[in-house]
Amino acid sequence: MVSERIPFLSRNAKLKVKVEELITGDLPPNQKHEPTRLKQLFQHKPQNILSIFFTAGHPTPDGTRMTILDLAAAGADLVEVGIPFSDPLADGPTIQASSHAALENGMSLEKLFAQLEGIRSETQMPLVLMGYLNPVLQFGMERFCERCAAVGVDGVILPDLPLAFFQKNYASLFEQHGICPIFLVTPQTSDERIRELDTASRGFLYAVSTASTTGGAGGFNESQVAYFQRIAKLKLNNPVLVGFGISDKTAFDTVCQYLNGGVVGSAFIRAQEADISAHDFVESIRGGK
Amino acid sequence: MSYLAENQDFPSSQNLESLRTPDPDGFYGQFGGAFIPEMLHPNVEELRNCYLDIIESAAFQTEFRALLKDYAGRATPLYHAKRLSERYGTKIYLKREDLCHTGAHKINNTIGQILLAQRLGKKRIIAETGAGQHGVATATVCALMGLKCIVYMGALDIERQAPNVARMRMLGATVVPAMSGNQTLKDATNEAIRDWICNPVDTHYIIGSVVGPHPYPDLVARLQSVISEEIKWQLLEKEGIANPTTVIACVGGGSNAAGAFYHFIEEKSVRLIGSEAAGHGVHTGETAATIALGKPGILHGSLSMLIQNGDGQVIEPYSISAGLDYPGVGPLHAHWRRVVGRVSCP
Repeated sequence: MVSERIPFLSRNAKLKVKVEELITGDLPPNQKHEPTRLKQLFQHKPQNILSIFFTAGHPTPDGTRMTILDLAAAGADLVEVGIPFSDPLADGPTIQASSHAALENGMSLEKLFAQLEGIRSETQMPLVLMGYLNPVLQFGMERFCERCAAVGVDGVILPDLPLAFFQKNYASLFEQHGICPIFLVTPQTSDERIRELDTASRGFLYAVSTASTTGGAGGFNESQVAYFQRIAKLKLNNPVLVGFGISDKTAFDTVCQYLNGGVVGSAFIRAQEADISAHDFVESIRGGK
Repeated sequence: MSYLAENQDFPSSQNLESLRTPDPDGFYGQFGGAFIPEMLHPNVEELRNCYLDIIESAAFQTEFRALLKDYAGRATPLYHAKRLSERYGTKIYLKREDLCHTGAHKINNTIGQILLAQRLGKKRIIAETGAGQHGVATATVCALMGLKCIVYMGALDIERQAPNVARMRMLGATVVPAMSGNQTLKDATNEAIRDWICNPVDTHYIIGSVVGPHPYPDLVARLQSVISEEIKWQLLEKEGIANPTTVIACVGGGSNAAGAFYHFIEEKSVRLIGSEAAGHGVHTGETAATIALGKPGILHGSLSMLIQNGDGQVIEPYSISAGLDYPGVGPLHAHWRRVVGRVSCP
């Protein structure tokens, strides 16, 4: 079914078998790679999880690895590495500009994986890649999962990969390589669909705080708090991290009252551009605890 | 550069319908779909669930047809271009879509979509525009129906298409410059989609071409199909024939061509030629010939042919014509070219 539909997959006979496995049943347990780092993180620390997003290849072409290690040392719990794309639809001006600059710097998926090579000998902090579908499809979804597994990437967020398409075509591939698929929910998402997205997700579920692109004004009102409470009441399988519009300690503390933690992206990118260290930035969000 | 839909590999009669109607997930063969972030899921799902029931209803059709006739000025003439015909030793008719109210076929789509938006209870309309024709057509129907209108337009296009910007503003629309990329149609579309993400409840996005996530390509093709519907009866009236030998139309996103081909796509005897903007030449790197050069890829919610580099980054297209400089093309054109056609240089 995949081979009929997606030209870049049709060449791959191996994947066909996997899609059939997806339809007919699970892989034998011994072939599954259990994702552990994300699971352990939330087991040991179910609250106040701070995830930091930055764009690979920005502000310098080769800084990806050092930024990750700096953030780990600074006390971030989790890092989301952005794969730059020419047309980042869900992103506001800050991440758009960082994405553009990263591409100007010659960033690519190939380079990103090379930069991440061996990083697991230096940190066990969970790493998630976040990006748009087209660069991943051109790289090859199977090759992408293989490389993620090889360098120790724990999860993947692809906002424009729809749930149904993922389930039909890629779910078993992710499972086989032990890559956690992480889906987004929004204030407009129905309870029923939140449950579906939660069921398909591994590691955590990503709650978009408001109807907005990234880097929004922040400052949460009553309806957003009601939305966080609605999610909390659903008692989902996965922990939930809130992202979009979290730029300071106040916003981070607010989401941590209701859900498992928050993601800071645009504000960190602006800090990088202003030469503020990862340590100082993380401390500004955590409030020096 | 053009693509030619030829009849040698024509599908069997039972799946002819698939040529112009996507499957329930919005795919025309390999192309199409709805690759949208979750933020847009409720809007797109609402449209997907409602659009066919609404636009096929008798009440909608009555109102739509009346506006096409009395407001847009349809049917547009089918004009026999005598001297052009003599020059090329054939008989050439021009379908005068330029004589529609606001000066382009774009109004066929915007009338249909504004009626759809009203039925969905939307209060605010957004649109992207390249040359400004779709922006003017959207601003016009918003003025007609008293709905708020915001048009996104690349900053470069605002400069080179100033008269259309003035018309949109005169009609009460807000024209917002898109400052990213080459500041043309692709960037305007990005900004319109971002607006829709930020305004998910009260806003309808009137896409101007057969692009975007399902159901837009099908919706826009159906609303533009009036072009070939008229060509059919006009040709019968003037020439006593059911079909022309050839239909030729230009393709940017492809709504004009989709409308002109729609009722002929199942006719094996009709050659359908879509003509793309070559820019400085198809192999110069400064071109908008998407079908000739593109590879399958995803842009603006749809899997189609896309001008992109090996890393899947979209390459900025070039055309002297605002609006034809779009790096993608409607998924139905990608499918038609693949199933029934081949690429040819005329």
